[in-house]
Amino acid sequence: MNMSNRIKLAAILGVVLLAGCGERPPITTVQLGFRGTGMEQNYNPRLQEKVAAANQVGAVQPAADPSGPLAKDIYQNVEVLSDLSVGEFVRVMTSMTEWVAPAEQKDCTYCHNIEDMADGSKYTYKVARRMLQMTRDINSNWKSHVQETGVTCHTCHRGQPVPSYVWFQDPGSGRENAFVGTRAGQNSAVTGLGITTIGHSSLPYDPYTPFLLGSLPIRVEGETALPTGNRSSIQQAEWTYSLMVHMSNSLGVNCTYCHNTRAWASWEESRPQRATAWYGIRMARQVNNDYMVPLTDVFPAKRLGPTGDVAKVNCQTCHQGVYKPYYGASMAKDYPELQRARPLPEAAVEALPADPADPAAGASAPAEAPAAVAAPVAEAPVRGPAPEGQARSG
Amino acid sequence: MAMLSFERKYRVRGGTLIGGDLFDFWIGAFYVGFFGVTAAFFALLGTALLVYGAALGPTWNLWQISVAPPDLSYGLGLAPLADGGLWQLVTICAIGAFVSWAMREVEICRKLGMGFHVPVAFGSAILAYVTLQVIRPVLLGAWGHAFPYGIYSHLDWVSNVAYQYLHFHYNPAHMIAVTFFFTTVLALALHGSLVLSALNPPKGEVVKGAEHENTFFRDNIGYSIGTLGIHRFGLLLSINAGVWSAICIVISGPFWTRSWTDWWGWWLNLPIWT
Ligand code: HEC
Ligand code: HEC
Ligand code: HEC
Ligand code: HEC
Repeated sequence: MNMSNRIKLAAILGVVLLAGCGERPPITTVQLGFRGTGMEQNYNPRLQEKVAAANQVGAVQPAADPSGPLAKDIYQNVEVLSDLSVGEFVRVMTSMTEWVAPAEQKDCTYCHNIEDMADGSKYTYKVARRMLQMTRDINSNWKSHVQETGVTCHTCHRGQPVPSYVWFQDPGSGRENAFVGTRAGQNSAVTGLGITTIGHSSLPYDPYTPFLLGSLPIRVEGETALPTGNRSSIQQAEWTYSLMVHMSNSLGVNCTYCHNTRAWASWEESRPQRATAWYGIRMARQVNNDYMVPLTDVFPAKRLGPTGDVAKVNCQTCHQGVYKPYYGASMAKDYPELQRARPLPEAAVEALPADPADPAAGASAPAEAPAAVAAPVAEAPVRGPAPEGQARSG
Repeated sequence: MAMLSFERKYRVRGGTLIGGDLFDFWIGAFYVGFFGVTAAFFALLGTALLVYGAALGPTWNLWQISVAPPDLSYGLGLAPLADGGLWQLVTICAIGAFVSWAMREVEICRKLGMGFHVPVAFGSAILAYVTLQVIRPVLLGAWGHAFPYGIYSHLDWVSNVAYQYLHFHYNPAHMIAVTFFFTTVLALALHGSLVLSALNPPKGEVVKGAEHENTFFRDNIGYSIGTLGIHRFGLLLSINAGVWSAICIVISGPFWTRSWTDWWGWWLNLPIWT
């Protein structure tokens, strides 16, 4: 091969490599830290167009008159929205239909027996009632995360009964205990549920069970330069890494959106968004444990996962690839009905199911929560021997 | 400085690229040349600017001194001295010094009637530097994408830039570059130890030559690349290490904005199993 052929070959290889990446300049970049620290976000404007198109707020019904008779006094079976006027109540029903009912059944019959509106026997009705409580709980008790922006049913559902991004426990591919040994829940880009949500990496593919359902320790770093009793393992760090990849992908950001990576653990060097994320982890955990899991038996089998578990939420359920759902646009501000602006009347509180997770019990504020949003240093990192639950096989 | 008695005859005049006879002389063992002067000029000026930058900064702690590039908002324009302008001048000086040094090597090669392998090899290191500090920032549209001049600060930058792509070890060009770096070290260790073992026989044995060296590796792994071959191979490995480093960083950002783990989607989509 002569020189000019060699150069041609090199040029062809180079072009193939760049084409294999599939992206090109110009790239939009955002500086997040002091100049030269490399804390930046990179956005490909051509890919962002698609993300932006998929993250527009839904239709907002015209505001309803809050005065007039209360719905609970007119209707027979009103347990959650008992503080709303009839006008507001019907507005919520119309909006819920819009936001949640499937395209082929966009009407009240998705949840109601049209002969008797008070009949609560459809599973969708029962789930929707709990979802109403959950949405109000998030909006009033998790302002540490959702701020005044809040959420509506549309934040997760986006016009369909099953949100686009939910998670189930993985049934395993059946090869975990094969001849070559256990996979320990990792080293598999494709799981029994399809391609993993944490990218095509070898990291553990289900960080949700330990961290967004269970509350195993996420923090793994030692606090001293020399090893002085930190028992966290590399394996544990990989579980943390997996969760972090999920969080980053869900928000469409990279690690430097929250961390200055030279000091992962340091709250002082982190961006305030990391504190918001800290509350988000606790919020998702509570939503899963207090609302989703107790609904398992209400759902028909076709809605359950391969191991019989209910669909659960993670960061992606609300965020859908954006740093704030809908880029921070608020639908909830137009829905005071979902904010529980007024306290529940006494009678309604009694009528609520006797559930320890009852939102009226104010169970959401985690005891170990950081004192201030900006500097959650108060949390004592949980240390201890490697939690056994993390070495699950699928 | 001691000068070997036979050295003088290698001091060949001429062969310069610029300036004819100007600066075509030696100081001690060192050839000066036009590019020696420019190398010294840029190196001294750049160092002085770094010291000035340190004086403007908050610390004299050698580890923590940092002269950082401008904010992204300056784009590819000039920045005030204290806000990244110094970094811009230092970068010009650094490139000036590196390229001068390579050109000085070219001139020495020309004097001696040798090939240009050494400056070409050094060129791969310069390429990596220029890619990091000029090509990639230009492709991304701002000098602020380059790394700062500081011992800790440039390491912090490397860490953050890597985590901009969530898991840099999945960057295919980074994998190749790392492999070339390690293989370079392996080849150098094998070659160095082989030569030393031939030249340092046990007491009572004669010094061995190339035949023994070749035989060692034929016995050991069935093949010896040979005395000339090992040097070609070493040069190939090390130049590739530098070039693939440059590639792995220039594709991060301009040609890929997401997690590097996601790049591997093509593997799952190969027609073999889909
Ligand atoms: C996503 C499920 C869902 C959809 C769709 C839905 N509803 Fe409801 N509806 C409920 C739930 C849950 C309640 C109970 C609310 C409570 O307990 O506060 C309810 C209660 C009612 C009641 C009170 C009945 C009673 O006597 O207790 C009326 C009236 C009503 N809905 C009307 C409508 C209308 C009209 C539509 C269609 C525009 C509609 N709903 C669509 C879930 C739904
Ligand atoms: C935090 C995210 C989130 C919010 C907010 C939310 N939901 Fe859901 N919803 C879910 C998840 C997850 C499921 C389970 C999906 C499944 O498997 O059916 C679900 C299921 C449902 C279902 C059952 C769908 C079916 O066909 O099986 C209904 C009905 C429903 N939600 C109504 C609502 C209503 C009404 C609201 C607003 C008051 C709401 N949801 C708000 C996450 C959410
Ligand atoms: C959206 C914000 C956010 C992003 C993006 C993010 N993290 Fe985190 N990270 C957190 C929070 C919050 C914690 C602490 C969690 C806790 O204590 O419950 C944390 C903890 C960690 C820890 C443990 C630190 C310790 O104290 O031991 C590591 C390591 C880590 N993150 C790595 C990463 C990596 C790697 C990425 C990119 C793939 C990343 N993070 C992206 C918010 C984030
Ligand atoms: C119930 C829906 C919901 C879920 C689930 C959720 N978030 Fe959020 N998140 C929001 C909303 C709404 C906001 C916007 C708050 C605001 O306007 O500041 C937000 C804001 C944030 C922000 C602040 C972004 C910024 O630029 O200020 C971070 C970081 C974040 N979420 C991380 C997470 C992480 C990590 C998870 C999963 C552990 C998560 N969120 C789960 C609804 C959610």
